[in-house]
Amino acid sequence: MALAKITEVTGKGICVLGDDIDTDRIIPARFMKCVTFDGLGEYLFHDVRFDEDGKPKVHSLNDPAYQNASIIISGANFGCGSSREHAPQSIYRAGFRAIIAGNFAEIFFGNSINLGMPCLSMNEANRKKLSDLVIGNPDAVLKIDLIECKLRSENLVFPFTLNEGARDSLIRGMWDPLDELIEANSEIERVSRTLNYT
Amino acid sequence: MSSKNLFQKVWEAHTVGTLSNEQTQLFVGRHLIHEVTSPQAFGMLREKNLSVRYPERTFATVDHIVPTNESSEPYSDSLADAMIKELRKNCDETGITFFDVGSGMQGIVHVVGPEQGLTQPGMTIACGDSHTSTHGAFGAIAFGVGTSQVRDLLATQTMALNPLKVRRIEVNGKLEPGVYAKDVILHIIRKLGVNGGTGFAYEYGGTVFDGFSMEERMTACNMSIEGGARVGYVNPDEKTFDYLKGRPYAPEDKDWDSSVQVWRDFASDEGCSYDDVVSIDAGEISPTVTWGINPAQAVSIDESIPSVSEVNPSDQESVREALEYMQLEGGTPIKGIPIDVAFIGSCTNGRLSDLEEVASRIHGKKVKEGVKAIVVPGSQIVSKLAQQRGLDKVFIEAGFEWRNAGCSMCLAMNPDKLIGDQLCASSSNRNFKGRQGSPTGRTMLMSPTMVAAAAICGVVTDSRQIFNS
Ligand code: SF4
Repeated sequence: MALAKITEVTGKGICVLGDDIDTDRIIPARFMKCVTFDGLGEYLFHDVRFDEDGKPKVHSLNDPAYQNASIIISGANFGCGSSREHAPQSIYRAGFRAIIAGNFAEIFFGNSINLGMPCLSMNEANRKKLSDLVIGNPDAVLKIDLIECKLRSENLVFPFTLNEGARDSLIRGMWDPLDELIEANSEIERVSRTLNYT
Repeated sequence: MSSKNLFQKVWEAHTVGTLSNEQTQLFVGRHLIHEVTSPQAFGMLREKNLSVRYPERTFATVDHIVPTNESSEPYSDSLADAMIKELRKNCDETGITFFDVGSGMQGIVHVVGPEQGLTQPGMTIACGDSHTSTHGAFGAIAFGVGTSQVRDLLATQTMALNPLKVRRIEVNGKLEPGVYAKDVILHIIRKLGVNGGTGFAYEYGGTVFDGFSMEERMTACNMSIEGGARVGYVNPDEKTFDYLKGRPYAPEDKDWDSSVQVWRDFASDEGCSYDDVVSIDAGEISPTVTWGINPAQAVSIDESIPSVSEVNPSDQESVREALEYMQLEGGTPIKGIPIDVAFIGSCTNGRLSDLEEVASRIHGKKVKEGVKAIVVPGSQIVSKLAQQRGLDKVFIEAGFEWRNAGCSMCLAMNPDKLIGDQLCASSSNRNFKGRQGSPTGRTMLMSPTMVAAAAICGVVTDSRQIFNS
């Protein structure tokens, strides 16, 4: 099955400020009791969005101005913590298609790319400028160009970086590696036989 | 032939090829699965009409959501019950070996693997859980992976990865009495930071690691991920081989000697190169306690919690956020902070030697009134061995609850949870906001002996003072 070639992501932004946003915050463990990922979008950032009685707290994700946002802007070390794919899955299923942060935890990054959701690193000054822009105008359209590694909005240009292998696999529509892994069938068997353990 | 480190040798031995995006296709010799991150992967396989390629290379157990105070099914949490049944069904259908609750061998996946002898030097191991780095204690390269990779592994026994750089962390000298492997790793994380290890595998060595038991090595390797390193390992040596000998899945008599030879050859060569080397003096490590909301926010027991004004400007925001969440005042000594709950268990510190060490110290002492204290063995085998030695009685006598094996309050996907803003002295590995089940619950990480000391005094305490070590 051919995958979509992801060369650009266009949408509105939303700021989830703070560094070290960990996977427990993105999706608290108690919502991981599920045999499919289908319903996870609903619980994204649950405990920072709702109080103990389930009433909404002040949080950008509860703000109607950002209802249709599809690009998250956050701080450094985004997605640290557990390997749970529930975290990127809940972000993806809540309608997000790209994340911009200072940098990303490795497993989270890999999991996100496998979903076709680019994770872009941007320096602090530009992130600040971009957050100000989005907070000033929640309807601003952000255009992420993965070919040129630039985000454009309202005549401003924000450069970002993305690991070359990941970028390449997104723009060639090869972000899910499974088909390619399967193709190596005979090589897999050869390596399996060379090992001294089963 | 140029000399190589263990990581390079294991990586080469398992490389299938290079993918079109330049990532390595790596063969994973042993795959471990549990109930939380595997059902979605089996679902994806079914959707694509794929089967499990090497069922004999995958092993399963239940740990995350299994209740520790109920022993008969159906469990009162119907979602948990459904997930356990789903794993059972998936294993039945595919021929994967399952250490089920009725087997006497169930437990936390990172306790069960080594205990069964499934974890061996020179292997590649993966599991849909970030603390898979634990298995590196045996000189294996062990990765925590996401569910899509669990799918890839079930379908092909391989996954796409970028090679890592290797940082050797040497801890030399002698640890003071009352300073444990947990303190060593908390100290390393505090020094190098929560993302200091990004892109690296950590090779731990030096006289302290040489002297560590296998279980102590596991405690340290377990938390590599909290320092941002996806992989952490110790080179295999005689201790590794002694530990493995006679375990159910270890090589048998006639294969034993040749296996040991192969294992020995995987160890890093004398004089091999590393991308980075860090040296730490064992003498500078004290019992260490976290005060914040990531594992690097830690101080030694004699220190005070930092205040916002005294840290680097770039850290001020996170320190402020942590102090606020933890309801702590910067500048307060860590010693003396009252706790509500004490938890001994988890894949970091839920092994027999952890329980033995604590039990040997708490004789004749009692948990402070008002403190809820629980001990959760890491596996059914740990539980059985501990009971044979009478440790359960020692704990119960002292006022601890003695539970069935599982992850329990480490992540509270089961009935063991903090309530409200309770503060927990915990032997586990993560102190993130809400980690222990209550969105406002607070966690302080420390060694099991320090947890016991806090349970007995009702406040964070220097265990060396009350246990005279
Ligand atoms: S004990 Fe905690 S860290 Fe270890 S596997 Fe279980 S939940 Fe994960």
